[in-house]
Amino acid sequence: MNYSLSHLDHLEHEAIHIMREVAAQFERPALLFSGGKDSIVMVRLAQKAFAPARIPFPLVHIDTGHNFEETIVFRDWLVAETRSRLVVGRVEDSIRAGRVTETTGPNATRNSLQTVTLLDTIAENRYDACLGGARRDEEKARAKERIFSHRDEFGQWDPKHQRPELWNLYNGRHQPGEHFRVFPLSNWTELDVWHYIARESLAIPSIYFSHDRDVVDRSGILLARTPHITLLPGEAYERRRVRFRTVGDATCTGAIESTATTLEDIIDEVSVARITERGARADDRRSETAMEDRKKAGYF
Amino acid sequence: MDLLRFTTAGSVDDGKSTLIGRLLYDSKSIFEDQLENIETLTEQRGEEHLNLSLLTDGLRAEREQGITIDVAYRYFATPRRKFIIADTPGHIQYTRNMVTGASTANLAIILIDARHGIVEQTLRHSFIASLLRIPHVVVCVNKMDLVDFSQETFDGIVSKYTGFASRLEIPDIKFIPISALHGDNVVEKSARMPWYQGSPLLYTLENTFIASDANLIDARFPVQLVIRPNDDANHDFRGYAGRIAGGVFKPGDPIVALPSGFTSRIKTLNGPDGPVAEAFAPMSAVITLENDIDISRGDVLVKPNNPPASTQDIEAMICWFSDKKLQPSGRYILRHTAAEMKALVKQVRYKIDINTLHKIETGLDNIAMNDIARIRLRTTAPLHADPYHRNRQTGSFILIDEATNATLAAGMIL
Repeated sequence: MNYSLSHLDHLEHEAIHIMREVAAQFERPALLFSGGKDSIVMVRLAQKAFAPARIPFPLVHIDTGHNFEETIVFRDWLVAETRSRLVVGRVEDSIRAGRVTETTGPNATRNSLQTVTLLDTIAENRYDACLGGARRDEEKARAKERIFSHRDEFGQWDPKHQRPELWNLYNGRHQPGEHFRVFPLSNWTELDVWHYIARESLAIPSIYFSHDRDVVDRSGILLARTPHITLLPGEAYERRRVRFRTVGDATCTGAIESTATTLEDIIDEVSVARITERGARADDRRSETAMEDRKKAGYF
Repeated sequence: MDLLRFTTAGSVDDGKSTLIGRLLYDSKSIFEDQLENIETLTEQRGEEHLNLSLLTDGLRAEREQGITIDVAYRYFATPRRKFIIADTPGHIQYTRNMVTGASTANLAIILIDARHGIVEQTLRHSFIASLLRIPHVVVCVNKMDLVDFSQETFDGIVSKYTGFASRLEIPDIKFIPISALHGDNVVEKSARMPWYQGSPLLYTLENTFIASDANLIDARFPVQLVIRPNDDANHDFRGYAGRIAGGVFKPGDPIVALPSGFTSRIKTLNGPDGPVAEAFAPMSAVITLENDIDISRGDVLVKPNNPPASTQDIEAMICWFSDKKLQPSGRYILRHTAAEMKALVKQVRYKIDINTLHKIETGLDNIAMNDIARIRLRTTAPLHADPYHRNRQTGSFILIDEATNATLAAGMIL
């Protein structure tokens, strides 16, 4: 017997341990589910962590209303498939209740409004831990975040006073009203996620694969044609062969030109990619610390 | 492909960023947009050399103050291995960050500037690597280009370091003469140091044998939670979920549950994909037993012929993390594997000056942030623990503030 583990096995055992810690340390955990590849991996890991029991927490989707149709179809299929419970927090409801004001203009996006809806959903359901699929290789602010990340009673992250995290001891103790965000995929890279999806033969939304779509090139980011986008003077849609590397709000998630039609193609493409996956996200391009500022306020 | 975690530590000018940058760049782990971004920022800040800390120092405070306030994790892979670097800054809060990074590392890279030889910082890094039991240390003597690739200089540093390291407990030390700036002995073997017979750094990182780093002898299974599906198909299923902290488990193995002392046998053993014939550290598993005994979170399953020590009196080295000082005879929450209990500080025996490794026996009522001390604790319930040098999972604990829930200290059981 060879007592060594492959890197994917190692990451899997670590993530399962973290998920079980969440189930053990918290009373009302939830899994934040975007329909994207990372949250699909999270669902599979949760299934494995608690088998033969069902996943002991609901999947929570924060819905901007500006989705790619394919993601919603996929979400509903996965919920049925895993016999999970789905909770949807709608940005639309936050707008109607006057909790947030819709931004206007050609670059309008509901992306940042999600924070209010997310925190309201957490408060309403009294979730004390939210599992998220964020990874440290994604973005600078995420690179410094703990696996068990504390949020105060206002949902805020305090990057300068994070709890040291040693060995595999996770301190999830908290006061009433506070909660934790927990990131079992912290040590995974984009490529690890794709290798895992291929190894586990996980189904993923079709928009990850190459397809023809009308897009508009806005300062280097290819935005998909949706009713929520207003063209600027001089802009026009054109049909290109594209796929998405991340699945976010349709108004700020850029497509990339790609001919990758299988998981193997995607892995090849990601292996030689020279641009980070969030490089195509308009929400991260607004400033150097855009993600930190959003996270401090309670974003994913 | 397996996974190796290593730490690097040091200040900006010993070439650490250059070295990491080279490893990331040569393994194509820095992306074009990241590189362009830090080039622009370096220019805006009026700095000459590409500042790689800008890759991970993304927090506003770090950018404003030009410092790294935390452990930065970086990732890269070669066709042989995936690597996780825990990169820790060399300034304030240094100890706290280095200890955090070292707790999960298989290997530490210690950088020595060939022109300056062994300095205080080298001692600090080495001591922490030894205290945290990092099994492998690679000493890179950097900037060899500035000492004319002199074998004599290199040999002198090796001999001095070996003498000093004999006072520490590091099982495996390797020495490599490098020039991070020019790439000598980083990825490719240097033609300018034909006298060096060993491997370049990347080859060393790829080939260091780490499978035996986990303790595969003393079977330890701390129970995280009990899995009981409430459905018809698995009506009687009662599984104990946890991550194996030591040893190997197989169906049929006799076990004893601690603290109860009840014995049973393993009926089924499940890995992430279902039943397995054996499972070993550090795998996550679910164990079912032949008979129903009372087991809950915090208990540990072990083999009857090889139990851990059970004691309420703990001798430990601790590293203090908080700006709130250690209270003499203070009461804290102690977290050990999945077990939580209260602990009372009975005595502070000494503090260690990590620059000289001398014991300090004065000012012991003043243990503050970044201090390393030897203390004695009394716990409210017996701890089923191994010495840290035997097992890094079952030999470690953290202390938590009862009032604020903050993590105050990391402990290693002696």
